[in-house]
Amino acid sequence: MKISCDEATKICDKSQYREASLWEKIKLNFHLFLCKKCGLYSKQNGILSKCYEIHKDSESRKKHCLTEEDKKHLEQELKARI
Amino acid sequence: MSSTNKHILNPNKWIELHADYLYNYTISRINNQDLAKDIIQDTFFAALKAQANFKGLASERTWLISILKRKIIDHYRKINSTKGKAEVKMNFYSDGDREGEWIEERAPSSWGSEIEQVIENDELSEALENCIEALPDKYALVFRMKTIQQFETEDICKELDITSSNLWVIIHRARTQLRKCMEESWFKN
Repeated sequence: MKISCDEATKICDKSQYREASLWEKIKLNFHLFLCKKCGLYSKQNGILSKCYEIHKDSESRKKHCLTEEDKKHLEQELKARI
Repeated sequence: MSSTNKHILNPNKWIELHADYLYNYTISRINNQDLAKDIIQDTFFAALKAQANFKGLASERTWLISILKRKIIDHYRKINSTKGKAEVKMNFYSDGDREGEWIEERAPSSWGSEIEQVIENDELSEALENCIEALPDKYALVFRMKTIQQFETEDICKELDITSSNLWVIIHRARTQLRKCMEESWFKN
């Protein structure tokens, strides 16, 4: 039942993606009951997940394209080998 | 199977038809323009050499992506070697009586109360990107795939040829390091 802070925060990270097992969550909650540092980690982890979500949205709006120059360069390199 | 259903390769059209797609595919995993360009160039060269192996069962693009995936694994293996490991910051004691406990200066400290306002700031994304870039390359790659691209764990493991327990250790280390970085650059007052 007893786990280290390293293990507890690892489960905490896993649970941010909803992929922690029931047993892992039980062990985590038991640990959080006793450990203030990990309690704070867990609280901040939720905030960070929101930040990552915001970042995801901002990243997905970006469309990455090669410049015409890049393409020309690639084209030349490739044609030289065909 | 009739031969008319088979796909054919036309290297003269590769750049025009597939370069942007391959570039986007790569950039969403490895957020570095120069590196992404090198990787797709390598992919096209490797594809040229391997033309004879193309059976025509998959489309040209699917086939190119399968080669690109191998290039990304190669890249992952390269950054997974000794150089990548040196940059890892420890957050917990790794041995002795205190094994698994927080190293004092890496432990969380309070972020104050106006968190909601702090999050709704246009520059947040930029600060976060800087922290992700400060991660060891391997952590940044896995973190991006899992958290930013939101791929399934199973798919990432397959693509990078790692186990799920590997993946969670990496995610854990990445998130602990990002927490510290964001605490210093963003949340601290």
